[in-house]
Amino acid sequence: MITIEHVYILTGAMGAAFALLSARDRTNPKRFGNAAFWGLLSASFLFGSELSDFANGVLVIALIAVGGFGLMHKGAAPTTTPEERATSAAAHGNALFAPALAVPAVALVGTLAFRNSGLVDPKQATLIFLALGVLVALAGCYAWLRPPLLAPLEEGRRLIDTIGWATVLPQMLASLGAVFALSGVGGAVGNLATHYLPLGTPLAAAVAYCLGMALFTIVMGNAFAAFPVMTAGIGLPLIVHRFGGDPVLMSAIGMLAGFCGTLMTPMAANFNLVPAALLELPDRYGVIKAQLPTALALLAANTALMAALVYRF
Amino acid sequence: MMWPLLGIAVVIVGFAARINPLLVIAAAAGVTGIAAGLSPVHIVAAFGKAFAANRFVSVVFLVLPVIGILERYGLQERARALIAQLRGATAGRLLLAYFLCRQVAAAVGIPFGGQAQVVRPLLAPMAEGAAEAQVGPLAPAQRFWLRAHAAGCENIGLFFGEDIFVAIGSILLIKGFLEANHIFAEPFALSVWAIPSALLAAAIHGTRLLLIDRKLRRAIPPPEALRASTSPQGGGES
Repeated sequence: MITIEHVYILTGAMGAAFALLSARDRTNPKRFGNAAFWGLLSASFLFGSELSDFANGVLVIALIAVGGFGLMHKGAAPTTTPEERATSAAAHGNALFAPALAVPAVALVGTLAFRNSGLVDPKQATLIFLALGVLVALAGCYAWLRPPLLAPLEEGRRLIDTIGWATVLPQMLASLGAVFALSGVGGAVGNLATHYLPLGTPLAAAVAYCLGMALFTIVMGNAFAAFPVMTAGIGLPLIVHRFGGDPVLMSAIGMLAGFCGTLMTPMAANFNLVPAALLELPDRYGVIKAQLPTALALLAANTALMAALVYRF
Repeated sequence: MMWPLLGIAVVIVGFAARINPLLVIAAAAGVTGIAAGLSPVHIVAAFGKAFAANRFVSVVFLVLPVIGILERYGLQERARALIAQLRGATAGRLLLAYFLCRQVAAAVGIPFGGQAQVVRPLLAPMAEGAAEAQVGPLAPAQRFWLRAHAAGCENIGLFFGEDIFVAIGSILLIKGFLEANHIFAEPFALSVWAIPSALLAAAIHGTRLLLIDRKLRRAIPPPEALRASTSPQGGGES
C-alpha cells in the first residue's frame, strides 16, 4: 500500500536536489545558506518519522536560524528568456496545458476511483495521487519536450527560491498552534471572552460568538482551533443552553464566521502568505488586502444570519 | 492563568512590525511555553513533533518542477494568448467564472484547484492577459492587484464552498465536538446551513470581481492596498 511516507520520501528527494543545485550555484552569494535550508527541510521529510520529537525540534530551530537571520538569497537557476518562451509557446500551442492539467486530473480521478481500493492509504489519497500526478506529468514532459535532464529540478528550484523561507511557514504556524494548545492559550482566551464581553442578551451572545470565532481564528490562523474554544466558552453555555438557540445551525454558521478570519490573517500562511510569494507580489500581505473587503462583508453577513436564525429553529 | 497570552502579543507585534515571521514564531512559542511553565526541552520537543506531523501541508510543493518546466516552454505566455483571443473574456469575468467553479467544485467535494497548481501557472497569467486585451499594457501595481485577486478567488471559493460537502474536515470536527457534548448532529443538517453563507459569498465576492473590469477601464490606479508601506485599508473597497 502506498502511504504518505512514500510521498514524504519523494518530497525529501526533491528537497535534497534543491540543496545540491543551490550549493553549486556560484552566482548566488549565499548559496550555502540556501543549500543548508533545503537540505534541512529534506532531512525533515526523509527522517522526520524516525527522529525523536526533540531531534525534530532541533532540526526546526536550525531551519529557523537559516531562514530567519537572512542567510538565504534567491538563486539564479538556469531558465529560458521571455523571447524564447514566446517562441516556444507559439510552437507548442495549447498542448502546453495538458501536463499542467494532468496533475489535478490524476489527483481527482485517482482519489475518486481508487480511494478505497486498498492500493493507497484512503486518509491521504488526495496527496498520494497528487504526487503520482506530478510523476505522470513529468514523464510526459520528458517524452514530449525533451528538456535537459536536470531542467525540471532547476526550474523547481527557481520557483521554490521565489517562496524562500516562507515555504515552511504553514508548518511552523501549525507547530506554534500545538505549543499554544499545550500551554492552555485557548482556555485563557475563552475565559477572557466570557468574563469581559457583555453577553447578557441573546443577540449579544450571537454577535460575540461570531466575532469571537473570527478574532480567535485571526490569532490562531485556523478556524478549527477557534471552534472548540469559542463553542465551549460562549456557544453551548449561552446561545444553546441559556437562550435556547439551535446548536447545529450555530456551529455551521459559526465555523464560516471563523473562515472569514482565515481570509484576514497572516497566520494562515498557506492560504495568504505563500501565494503572495509564489505570485511574486512585492507586498507580503497583498493577498490579504485583496480579500479583506469580502472577508469583512461576509463576517457581517454571517453574524446577521446567526442573529436572525439561531433562535428560530 | 493569563500569562500564556503573552505569546499572542508577540505574534501580533511581530507581524505588525514585519519582523521575519520565522523569528516571531520561535519567540512566541518560547514565551508561551515558558509562561505556561513548560521546560525548554519540552517546548522544543512539542514544536518538533508538530512540525513533523504537519509535513503533509508542504507536499503540494512537489508540483513546482512540473509548473517550472512548463513555464520554461512558455505556459504563462500561452495562457495569456489564449485568453486574449477569447471574445468577451475580461479579467473580471474570468476571475468570476473561476471563483464560481471553485465554489461549486468544493461544494460537491471535487479536489480541483490550488495556488501552486492552478493560480500561479494558469489563472493569474490569464487574468493579466485578459486585462491587457481590454486596456493595453498594465502598470506593475495593476498586475500585482490582479494576481492578488486570482489568489483570493481560490481561497474564498474554497472556504465558502467546502462546508456544503458533508465529508469535509470542518463538518466532521463540528459533528465530533457536538457529540462529545451530547448533541447529535446529522452532517447533512450542518452542510445545509452552509448554503446561505455560500450564496452570500457568491453575491458579495462576485460583485467585487465584476467591478474589476470597470476599474481597469477607468484606469483607476489600483488601491494603495498593494504597496508595501501603506495602511491595510487602502481605499476602503476592492
